[in-house]
Parts: sequence; structure tokens; C-alpha cells
Amino acid sequence: MQGLDFSIVPEYLPLIGKGLWWTVVISVVSALFSIVAGMGFALIVLYASPLVRYPVRLFMWLFMGTPLLLQLFLIYFGLVQIGIDIPALWSGIIGLSLHFAVYNADIFRAGIASLDKGQTEAARSLGFGAWQTRFYIVVPQALRNTVPAVGNMMIALLKESSIVSMIGIAELVHSAQLVISETYRPFEFYLTAAALYYVLNLILEAVLRGIERKVELSR
Amino acid sequence: MDIALIGRIIPVFVQAAWTTVQISLLSLVLGLAVAALIASLRLSHLAVLRFFGAAYVSVFRGTPALLQIFLLYFGGPQLGIQLEPFAAGAIALGLNIAAYMAESIRGGVLSVDRGQMEAARSLGFGEGQSMRWIVLPQAAKLMIRPLGVNAVALVKGTALVATISVVELTYTAQRFIGSTYKPFEIFAVTAVLYMIMVYGLTLVIDWLDRAYAEEA
Repeated sequence: MQGLDFSIVPEYLPLIGKGLWWTVVISVVSALFSIVAGMGFALIVLYASPLVRYPVRLFMWLFMGTPLLLQLFLIYFGLVQIGIDIPALWSGIIGLSLHFAVYNADIFRAGIASLDKGQTEAARSLGFGAWQTRFYIVVPQALRNTVPAVGNMMIALLKESSIVSMIGIAELVHSAQLVISETYRPFEFYLTAAALYYVLNLILEAVLRGIERKVELSR
Repeated sequence: MDIALIGRIIPVFVQAAWTTVQISLLSLVLGLAVAALIASLRLSHLAVLRFFGAAYVSVFRGTPALLQIFLLYFGGPQLGIQLEPFAAGAIALGLNIAAYMAESIRGGVLSVDRGQMEAARSLGFGEGQSMRWIVLPQAAKLMIRPLGVNAVALVKGTALVATISVVELTYTAQRFIGSTYKPFEIFAVTAVLYMIMVYGLTLVIDWLDRAYAEEA
């Protein structure tokens, strides 16, 4: 038994901090992509022609039923074998974004379906076209009503972004692994990384509460 | 599509899927047991017990499951806890899902009308008796869906133990993607097996939910 010694942690904090920064960057970028793509999927599933709709539904069904880690392996180790070489960082961001876009799409689809039909009818009778109505009337309201549910997804996304370390992206977990390979102190550094995720999580929850309050006020 | 390859690899992948099923079931049982304990702490009259319950939920839900697995498997030996990858994975996943399941259980208990407990108490049932015979049977029905969502997340979460080289479905898929250069065939087989598990579980949950609804 090796015992614990946290005194060596501060020395490596700059390196860990770099990983922390990349975790924030990857999470924010993937969160934005997952919301935009999620709304795109939701609109396709609801309104597009069957030729587009069914492939997208099949894709959503596949991505909902399989683990993120498997999807990352497919994108990073798989696509390169058929000549599509995506760098690790982008593979990670694409994987995270698509994985959560599928869940967001489900939330948005339900959000749009639960809107009062009168909203669409009123807009159409005022002369808005079908897609104009969707973009200016339906989408903004659906976005507003789904803030809490999408927020929960973003909390999950932040934590699951740790999985992209497995394809070699130098985020928080990966930088902890680098330090551990030098110091042979797994417990200390994985615990440090976990504590940092915990703090990030608290910050994200506070931000989401702020957004929810703003949205409530705008009603 | 290389159909011959798919035919060749299916037996290996079914074997790997069986490992995924085993680890899911083990973590599910452990998770439910721990969740029941944590939920009762959170519903306790004693502030200190409530605090420990809330702290457990907050810590396990506030940090990535991947790190919880790493802490137990790689960090455990520093504390004298030496586990095989399979055991470490099942225990870490069980402790992780317990935090989510505890909230599902607590939510179910809290959604039972307070009047039920009050009526039972006024009829002479003790506190524990009222919980056991009046509140929990009603709460159980309300817990099935949320616990089912947790269980489905758990099955997909078992992929994480591939990172500590448990030879389950995702680990096997990664190995075969690397050796066959046929990523889509491998993904198709793996995805179908995950779908069978995930959507099969969903059917079981639907059935439980309906069975309970009819009984009530």
C-alpha cells in the first residue's frame, strides 16, 4: 500500500489547468453544436420529406441506443480506415455534439409538438410562410420552453466530455493521466480532476439557473 | 458490406455482449441497494443523515463516471483496495448509478400525497409501518419509469469499463475495428447488440409499468 500524498499536486497544477481549459473549450463548442444540430434534426423529423426524414430518424435511433465511447471509436479509429481522416480534437467535438444533438432533438421535438397550434395558425393567417412561421414563431418558443431539459443535457455533456480523453485529446482527464504516468500517483490526480469537474459543474448549474430566470422573466 | 466478416465475428460479439449484460445486472443490483439506502438517508428526520445522503448524490452526480471508475481501479491499490477490472467496473458503475436512482426513489416517495401518511398514522400505523404498507406501494408505481431511464443509461454506461480493459462489447468493437479495417460492419454488429439490450430493457420497463398500473 502506497498511501496518499497530496503535497505533489500543486507542482503539476499548471499542466492540469491546461487540460481544464480544453475541457471547457470542448464542452462549450460541443454544447453549441449539439443545440443547433439538435434543432435541425427536430425540424427535419417534424417537417421534412420522408426521403430526408427517415434516414435522420434511423441515425437518431442508432445514436440513442449506443454508447458515446463506441461512437467516438467509430469516428476516430473507424472513419480513417475508409479514408476520412478527422483529427482527434474534431472527432471528439463531432462525437460529443452528435451524441447530445440526438437527445436535444428529442427534447425540441416534444417542445414544438406541445406548442399551441394557434401560434402557427395566427402566424400563417398574418401572412408568414410555412418556414418563416417555424423560424420566427415556433423555434424561439420551443427553445425557451425547453431550457431546463436542455440544461440537464448540457450538465451531462460536461461530464461525458471526459470520455474524449480516450481518443487522446489533451483535456482534463488526459492531462491527469499524463501527470500520473510521471508520478505514479493515480488517486491524488484523478481526485484532483474530479474536484475540478465538480467545480465546473457548480458553475454550469449557476449559469443555467441564471438563464432559466431570464427566460422566465421574458414570458 | 462484408457479410462473411459479419457472420464470422457474431459469436465473439455475442460473447462480449453477454459480459455487458452481466456487468449491467451486477451494477443494477448494487445500484438499487445503495440507492434505497441513500434515498432513506435523504428522507430521514435527522439533518446529519440528510446531509450525508445529499452529499453522496451531489458528489457522484457532479463528477464523471469515468473518473469514478479510474479512482477505484487505478487509485484503489493506494488505499489497499485491489480489484479485478470487472469487479472494479461493476462496483464503480453501481455506486454511480445509485446516486441517480436514489433521486428517482426519493421523487417517487415525495409524490405520494402527504395525506396518505397522515391517514395511516392516525389509524394507528407506526411511522415505519405506514411507509412500508401505505406509502411505498404507491410510490413504487411512480418509480418504475424514472428507474427505468436510469437502468437504460446504465447499460450504455457500461461501455466505460472498456477503458480498464474489461472485454465487453465496446472493447471488442474497438479491437476489431483496429484489426479488420471494416469499421461500419463492426459498428453495425455492435449497434444491433446494444439496441437489443437497450430496447429489450425498455420493453421490460413498459411491461412492468403496465402490470403495476393494472394492479392499482
